[in-house]
Amino acid sequence: MRVVRVEGFEDWRREARALLAAEVRPEQVSFQPSEASQDSLFEEDGPSAAMGETQTARITVPRGFLDLAETVALHREERRWDLLYRVLWRVNHSERHLLAVDVDEDVRELLLMEKAVRRDIHKMHAFVRFRKVADEEGERYVAWHRPDHRIVFAVGPWFARRFGAMRWSILTPDGSVHWDTRELTHGPPVTQSEAPQGDDMEELWRSYYASIFNPARVKVKAMKAEMPVRHWATLPEADIIPQLLQQASQREVQMRETQKTSAAPFVPGDHRLEVLAPAVQRCQGCELYQFATQAVFGEGARQALVMFVGEQPGDVEDVKGRPFVGPAGKVLDEALAEAGIDRREVYVTNAVKHFKFEERGKRRIHKTPRGVEVAACKPWLEAEMDAVQPKLIVALGATAAVSLMGRDFRITRDRGVFFPHPRAEALLATVHPSYLLRLPDPQQKAEEYVKFVEDLRLVAERVRELGVAR
Amino acid sequence: MEVQAKLRILADAAKYDASCASSGSKRERPAGGVGNTTGIGICHSYTPDGRCVSLLKLLLTNYCIYDCTYCVNRISSDTPRARFTPQEVVSLTIEFYKRNYIEGLFLSSGIIQNVDYTMEQLIEVARTLREEHGFGGYIHLKVAPGASEELIAEAGKWADRLSANIELPQQADLDKLAPAKTHAEIEDTMTDIRTGILTAKDKTTRAGRRPQFAPAGQSTQMIVGATEAPDAAILTKASTLYKGYQLRRVYYSAFSPIPHADPRLPLQSAPLVRENRLYQADWLLRFYGFQVQELTTPESPNLPLDKDPKLAWALRHRAFFPVDVNQASQAALLRVPGLGVRNVQRILRIRRYHTLRLEDLRRLKVPVERAKFFVITADHHPAGLEWESRKVEKKVKPASEQLLLFDAAQSATNGEL
Repeated sequence: MRVVRVEGFEDWRREARALLAAEVRPEQVSFQPSEASQDSLFEEDGPSAAMGETQTARITVPRGFLDLAETVALHREERRWDLLYRVLWRVNHSERHLLAVDVDEDVRELLLMEKAVRRDIHKMHAFVRFRKVADEEGERYVAWHRPDHRIVFAVGPWFARRFGAMRWSILTPDGSVHWDTRELTHGPPVTQSEAPQGDDMEELWRSYYASIFNPARVKVKAMKAEMPVRHWATLPEADIIPQLLQQASQREVQMRETQKTSAAPFVPGDHRLEVLAPAVQRCQGCELYQFATQAVFGEGARQALVMFVGEQPGDVEDVKGRPFVGPAGKVLDEALAEAGIDRREVYVTNAVKHFKFEERGKRRIHKTPRGVEVAACKPWLEAEMDAVQPKLIVALGATAAVSLMGRDFRITRDRGVFFPHPRAEALLATVHPSYLLRLPDPQQKAEEYVKFVEDLRLVAERVRELGVAR
Repeated sequence: MEVQAKLRILADAAKYDASCASSGSKRERPAGGVGNTTGIGICHSYTPDGRCVSLLKLLLTNYCIYDCTYCVNRISSDTPRARFTPQEVVSLTIEFYKRNYIEGLFLSSGIIQNVDYTMEQLIEVARTLREEHGFGGYIHLKVAPGASEELIAEAGKWADRLSANIELPQQADLDKLAPAKTHAEIEDTMTDIRTGILTAKDKTTRAGRRPQFAPAGQSTQMIVGATEAPDAAILTKASTLYKGYQLRRVYYSAFSPIPHADPRLPLQSAPLVRENRLYQADWLLRFYGFQVQELTTPESPNLPLDKDPKLAWALRHRAFFPVDVNQASQAALLRVPGLGVRNVQRILRIRRYHTLRLEDLRRLKVPVERAKFFVITADHHPAGLEWESRKVEKKVKPASEQLLLFDAAQSATNGEL
C-alpha cells in the first residue's frame, strides 16, 4: 500500500494526476493528511508520485468533476481523497459516464459529501453573526462561527463581496479570515472565548425575532432541522427560544379565550334601538352578566347629534337599569347644562353594558373592566352607533376612548381635540365625571370641573355648527 | 414611542404576510456600500414555528383607513398602533444587515391619508436605502392597490420585488369582507407592475444596459378559508394571475382568527393542511404540467385533505399507470406520485447509462413504498396488483402524521411531490 500525503485540493490534484499516469490502482494507494505523523511500520511512505513526473498521459476529467472535487475537498472526512481518486480512476477506465449515474455507490457518496459541504457553506452565509467592536482604526465587525467542514477560507470572498465597505473578521476553530475593505487575509484558529461578546443591536434583533413568531404554530422539529442546535451558541436570537416556547402554550390559550369572548352572537341583525334594548338583557358575551343585576343599555334621543359614551354602569345604574343616573350622572347633567347642552337631545350609553364590581362588606366597589370585556361588548356599541348615527361622539374616560380609538389613545394627551372617526364626523374625548368625584382636593376638583365643562363647550359649539349646516 | 416598542407592534402586524422570499434577484454591491443579492435566498434564522427569517418584515405603520374585516389592522380594530419614521426603518435595516441578521427588507403599510401618500412613504425608505446608504440588499415593497403609475414606476426602480395582494379569491368575497377593495383595481396595479418589468426588459435589448425594475418580479397573497370559496376557485384565480401578470409566486395564507376579530369572520382557523395542499397544487400547476381543471372535480371542488393532489389525481386516473421509469417521457414521470422534479431530471440522465431498478429509486430517496404501485423498473412490475382494490388507496397514502410534518411552511419553499 502506497501512502500519499496531501494537505489540500491542489496537492491531491497533482498527486492524483501522477498516480493516474502511473496506472496506480485505487486499491494500491491511500491518501492521508500530511499532519498525521504516526506512520505505520509496515507501510512505506511513498515518495510524492508527482516527483519526476513525466508528461501525463491522456487523463479524462469530466465536466463538473473538478468543481465537485474542489467542494468535496472541504469535507472533514479523510476518506474523501481516496474516494475522489477511485471515481477519477473509474472514469478513466471504461466508465466514462460514471458521474451521470447518481445511484452508483461511489458517486452517491461523493454527491452526499458535496451536498453536506454546500449546505454548510450556505448555513455559514446564514448564521454568521457580526458584532460591532471598536479598534484603533474605527469600527470593525467580528463574528465567531463553528462550521462543520473546512470551509472558512472558501467563504471569505462571498462575505467580501457582500460586506465590502466594512472591516470585518470571521473567526473559526479552523482558521480566520479578515477583510480590510481591500484585501482578504487568513489567520490562525480562534476559540470562542476569544471572540467579542454582545452587541447593542442584539436586543432589538431578539425583539424582532420574538414578534414574528406565531405562537399558534409550534414546529420545533422543523426549526431544529433547518437551524441545528449546534449553531445556537452563536445566534443571539437562540437565547430566547426556550422562553418563547414556554409562553407559546399560554399565549395560544389566551388568544382562544379572547376570541371566544364576544357579544357578537347575541347582537340582533336588526339594529333598531327597540330591538337592541331588550336583546341586551340576554347577552352572555363575557362573564360579567353573571354578577350584575341587569344590563344597562343606552338611552336618549333616537337621532341624537351627539352620543356620549361612558365606561360602564355603576351601582345605582345597575339597580335602576338606566345609564348615568347615579352620582356621576349628576355631575354630567350639571356640566352639560353649564355647557349649554340639553341632555334630552343627546344619546348616553356605556362601553360596557354590565356593572363590574368587587364586594367589600355590603358595598359593591366599581372595578375597571378588562380589555377583553371592553372588546367583547364592542358589538353592542357598534350597533348603537349604527342605530343613532350620531354626528359627534364624546368618549367619557379612558375605557370609552380606548374602546373607540384604540389602545394607544391617552386621555391626558388627547382630550379636548376632535379626531376623525369612522362612525361619526368627529370624536372628542374628555375625562369621566366620576374622576371629578374621586379627586380629594377641593381646589383641584373645581379646576378639573372647569376643564370638563370647557371640553363640553367645544362639543356644544360643534353641535351648533352642525345644526346650522343641517 | 421607543423604536423597540414600535418594532414589536409593527413586526407583529407584518407577520400575516406569508412571503419571506429573498431569491430571484441579482444585484451587485454598490461601490462603497453594503449588500448584494446573488439570486439565492438565504434564511438567516428560523422561529419556533418552523418559519424562515430572511427579511426584516415590517409595516411602516399599522394605522389604516380601511376596514377589511379579516385584517387585524382595520380601522375598527382596537389593536395597539404605531408608526415608524422612514429613517427608523432605514437604520434598522442597515444595522441588522451589517450584522448579517437579514437579507434585506420587506416593507408594507396600513393605508394612511390616501394610497399615494402611503406609497410615497414606502418609496422614501427604499430610495434612502439605495441612494444614501448604497444598500444593495433585497427590498420587497408592498404596493397599495390603486397607487398611481408614476409611483409604481418609482417603486420598481428601488425594489427587487413588488407585490399587490389579491386578498381573496373572488370579487364576491371582497364585497363581503373588504368593501373598499376590488379585484379590478388590484389587477390594474398588477398590470402597472408588469408593464414596468416588461419595459425594463425591452430596454435591455435596445440599449444594452438594463434599467433595473423589480428584478425579482411580482408576487401576491390570497387568504384561504375566510370565505366559502372552494379550492377550485382559488386555483383558477391563481392560474389566471400567473398567466396574466407573470407573477413569480402566489402565496396562500390560511385564515387564522386574529385578535379583536370582526363577528362576520369564522371563529375557526382554516386547517393548515389546506394551505399546504394549495401550495402543492400550485407547484403542480407551475412545474409539473398540470392544468387547473385536473386537480379538482366538479363534484368535489376542494382538494382532498387526506392525500396530496398528485396522488389524488393518480388514483382518479389509474389507467395512466404504471409508468416505466426507464422509458417514459418526462411529462409522464412528473405525474408519478413520489417523483419530484429533481428526481425526474436525475432519472432521465441516469437511464442513458444505467437501467434503473427499484433499489436505485430508493437511493434517490424516492418514497418507494408509495411509488412502487405506479412505476415499472427493470426488476419490478406492479401489474399483478389489484388496481381497483381499495387496499391500494390505503397503502399509497402516507401516514397522517407525516402529512402534518410536511408543513405548509416547507411546502411554500419546496413543493416536491
